[in-house]
Amino acid sequence: MLTLTSPVETPLHRVRAGVKLGALAVFTALLFALPSVWMAAVAGMAVGAVYVAGGGVFARHGLAMLRPVWPFVAVVGLWHMATDDLALGALIILRMCTAIAAANLVTMTTALSDMIALIERLAAPLSPLLPPRRLALAIALVIRFIPVLSERLALLSQARRARSARTGGWRILAPAALAALDDAEHVAMALRARGGAG
Amino acid sequence: MERSLTHIALFAALIAVLGLVPRIDLAAGVPITAQSLGIMLCGTVLGAKRGALAVLLFLGLTAIGLPLLSGGRGGLGVFAGPSVGYLIGFPVAAFVAGWVMERTTMAPLWAAGAGAVIGGIGVLYAFGIPGMALILGKTLPEAAFLALAFLPGDILKAVLAGLITQAIARARPGALMSRA
Repeated sequence: MLTLTSPVETPLHRVRAGVKLGALAVFTALLFALPSVWMAAVAGMAVGAVYVAGGGVFARHGLAMLRPVWPFVAVVGLWHMATDDLALGALIILRMCTAIAAANLVTMTTALSDMIALIERLAAPLSPLLPPRRLALAIALVIRFIPVLSERLALLSQARRARSARTGGWRILAPAALAALDDAEHVAMALRARGGAG
Repeated sequence: MERSLTHIALFAALIAVLGLVPRIDLAAGVPITAQSLGIMLCGTVLGAKRGALAVLLFLGLTAIGLPLLSGGRGGLGVFAGPSVGYLIGFPVAAFVAGWVMERTTMAPLWAAGAGAVIGGIGVLYAFGIPGMALILGKTLPEAAFLALAFLPGDILKAVLAGLITQAIARARPGALMSRA
């Protein structure tokens, strides 16, 4: 299972996860308080500079992670062209892209294990309600079962296509959900047999 | 205990897998991603509390950097984007869908369909539209107009949620935790 962490080492990789998250929260709050396009453009360029400082591969990876935003950029752009309020449109687009790019920067420079360690620390006060071990087990189960269920769905889809040339791929969803339910029962039994989830 | 835990985890995985499926062609050839269908099913199959917890687990894993949202999106960036309202609304939507399922005595098809419409469309849009309005700098009616594009697909997904929940009620009556 791939994560979104970049394999390219940057200086930001060595900053503690909690510090990066705190900085991100402050940065995003300030960004949405900026009144002018120019200030938003400066903030955007600052984030862009951090990406470029990480090198070509890192910057391209960052750009690729912004791709899902383009439809929204297009909608807002066309909207403000129609209403003749281009400055506001530019501010909205810049603010949105900068906020997303900054958040992606934290994701790309923080290893999954560091994030999980941070969650464990943050969840510590909840431990009477939610034992950290149980949370860790749930996370491990999700990560383990995504490829399993994905493979199951592909098999169901192949079997269906072998039987029928018609469309209606949604028909495999009920068996897929049933498979998830059956797996859940089996794993629960296996956990109980090994002393429970603690 | 173990049963709750594994059902919550496996349905969180199911939401992710439904988002990885590139697209599912409906009879009319309308391409939709099935991720929000997964949210509806969490509620209608697992019930209010477990359904909401499954969605929270899924969102938590997305936030810490797994690319689980449809189209391989993930990380903290998605919580700064225009979909943030929908993401915040996801667990509430699953809770309401499950609550409707638990509190009514209608047949699973109708109860799940109603739950999916009220939770997965009504409640979800109530969160999603203000989120879009905030990030895209639009008024609420303008954002609601933009959200209209998703409505036909979401109505179809609510129907599917009803059908799938009914199929589960027939095949594994005991596994339908929302009615157990």
